[in-house]
Amino acid sequence: MGKVRWIIGKELRHILRDPRSLVIAIIMPIMMTLLYGYAINLDIKNIRLAVLDYDRTSASRDLAARFHHSAYFTRPLAEAALSDPEAALKRGDAHAVLIIQPGFAEALRDLAPYQLGLSLDGADANLSSAAAGYSNIIIRQFLADQLPDGATLPGVTLSQRVLYNPDLKSSHFFVPGLIAVILMMISALLTSITIAREKESGTMEQLLSAPVRSHQVILGKVIPYIGLALVDGILVLVIGVFHFGVPFAGSMALLTVFGLVYITAALSLGILISALVRTQQVAMMAALVVTVLPSVMLSGFIFDIKNMPPMLQAITYIVPARYFLLIIRGVMLKGSGLAVLWVQAATLIALTAVLLTAAAKRFKMKIG
Amino acid sequence: MDYAVTVDQLSKTFGTFTAVDHISLTVDYGEIFGFLGANGAGKTTAIRMLCGLLRPTSGTGTVNGFDVNRQYEKIKPSIGYMSQKFSLYGDLTGRENLRFYGAVYGLSNSRLKDRIAELTAMLELTEFIDRLTGPLPVGWRQRIALAAAIIHRPRIIFLDEPTGGVDPVFRRRFWEILYSLADEGVTLFVTTHYMDEAEFCRRISIMHQGKIVVMGPPRQLVAAHGLPNLQETFIHLIAERPVDG
Repeated sequence: MGKVRWIIGKELRHILRDPRSLVIAIIMPIMMTLLYGYAINLDIKNIRLAVLDYDRTSASRDLAARFHHSAYFTRPLAEAALSDPEAALKRGDAHAVLIIQPGFAEALRDLAPYQLGLSLDGADANLSSAAAGYSNIIIRQFLADQLPDGATLPGVTLSQRVLYNPDLKSSHFFVPGLIAVILMMISALLTSITIAREKESGTMEQLLSAPVRSHQVILGKVIPYIGLALVDGILVLVIGVFHFGVPFAGSMALLTVFGLVYITAALSLGILISALVRTQQVAMMAALVVTVLPSVMLSGFIFDIKNMPPMLQAITYIVPARYFLLIIRGVMLKGSGLAVLWVQAATLIALTAVLLTAAAKRFKMKIG
Repeated sequence: MDYAVTVDQLSKTFGTFTAVDHISLTVDYGEIFGFLGANGAGKTTAIRMLCGLLRPTSGTGTVNGFDVNRQYEKIKPSIGYMSQKFSLYGDLTGRENLRFYGAVYGLSNSRLKDRIAELTAMLELTEFIDRLTGPLPVGWRQRIALAAAIIHRPRIIFLDEPTGGVDPVFRRRFWEILYSLADEGVTLFVTTHYMDEAEFCRRISIMHQGKIVVMGPPRQLVAAHGLPNLQETFIHLIAERPVDG
C-alpha cells in the first residue's frame, strides 16, 4: 500500500501541474453545467399560435385565451390578417394554427363528438411535438374545467398528466444526465490518457522494471481519478440543486454507491483503452468515441432510446450510462429506491463486473 | 564461479518475427559489458527479458542468480534499468523523480534523503535537482535518469543507449561516472551506437538480426578481422551479412 500511496502522490502532482487536465477536470464540468443550464434551453416557450375562430362563441374565445395566457404560446404579430393557416405556417408568421370550427360551444353543451384542428410547422420537429403536447394538455384542462363535476367527454378516456417534472423543465433532465457524462469523461478519458502518457514517454517501462506490481500501478493511477470524479459529480449536483433548483428526492447514499459502481465501469473502459493503444492522442480519440459519445448520444441523456433505430437501440444495452442515467434520474427526481431500480442496478453491476474483469486481464497480459 | 548475467539459448518471437534468436552469453560481476548491434537487431528486446519486463519464448537465463523465466519479480529489486528514453517525469523535479523511484524501490524516507544527497554530489546535480526535468538539456536529464536507476544501489545496471543525443563532453563525463561505478564492483550491461564508447568496455558482443555474431574484448575483435578500428569491424560484421542470413 505504501507504493500505491507514492503513485497516487505522483499522479496528483501530474494533475495539479498540468493546466489542461485541471481545465478538463474542474472548469469544464462547471462550464458544461452552466451552458446547459442557460444557453441550451430545451424548454420550448413562446410558440407563435394563430387561432382561427369560426365558432365565435364565449367558449371558443375562452379556449383561445387559455392558449395565449399560458407561457408556451403567444399570439402571432399579424393575426388579423391570417386566413390561410398553411400560408401562415409557410411564411413563418405562426408555428401552429388552432382552428375552431363552428359548433364547438354546442358540442361542449351536448357532450357531442367534435374535432378541433391543429396545424403544426413540422420543419422544426422539436417545436411542433412540444406544441402538440402543450396543446393537448391545455385542451384537456379546458374541457375538464368546462364540464360539470364527474362528467366526462364522450370518447375521451385519456388523461394526460406530467409527473415529477410538471413544468417540463429541462434542467431536471440534464443535470442527472450531465453527471453521468462527466463521471464517464473524467474516469475513462483521463485514466486512459494518463496511462497512455506513461507508455508513450517510456516511464511505464521504467516503473515496471521496478519492484512494483501491475495492480499497484493501476490502483495508484485510478484512485486520484475516482476522487476527482466524485468531486466533479458533487460539483454538478450542487450547482444543479442549488442554482437551477433541481430536486433531490431520494437517497444520497444510494446514489453514491451506484456512482462508484458506474465510475468503476468507466475506469475499466479507460484501462481497456489504454491497454490497446500506444499514444495519448489515440487514447483520447478512442475514449471519446467509445465512452463519452455513447454516454451523450446513446444513454437517453439527450435522445430518447425508444425512438432510435433498432440497431442503435441494441447498442444502448452495453452503454453503462444508460443504466446509471435511469438510476440517477430515479433517485434524484422521483426518490426511487432499489425496489424500483433493481433491474437497472443489477444490470449496471453485471456490466461493470464484465468490464473490470476484461480490464484486469488485458492489463496483466500487456505487462506479462 | 558466479556470474552477474548468464544467458543460454534465449529467444523471443513476436508472431512470426524472431527478435532474439538463441543468444548465449555470460557477464562477470564488476564487468562493463558492451551489447552492440544495429537498430532493430534485438538488443532492447534482450535487455527487457533480462530486466523481467518480457518473458522469453524459449531458452534460459539468470540475472544476479535469479531465473528470468520464473524469478523475474526477484530480479527487479536487484537491478537498475535505464531505458532508451530517459524515463523521467518531465513535470516533476529531479528530486521528486528520485524520491518517487526510491520509494518504489522501498527505500525509507531517511535513507532516501541521504541517498539523494549522495547522488546529487556524485553526479554534480546540485544546480538541477530542484528543477522540472522536462525542460532540462538532455545531458542533465540523462544524469538524473542514471541517478534514478541506481538509487537503490543495484549490483547490476542495464543501460539501453544511455548517451543517445548527448554531446561528446557529457558523454565522456558520463563514462567516467560509469567507470567509477564499475570500480565499486557494479556490473554494467550497456548498449551503445558509439564505437568510442564500446572501446571502454571490457568485452562486447555484436548482435545482428537477433543473433550474437561475435563476442570478445574489443581490441581482440578488431585484430581478428584485420581492420583498423572497431568502427570498421562493426560495419564489416553487420553490413557484409545478407539480410535474413
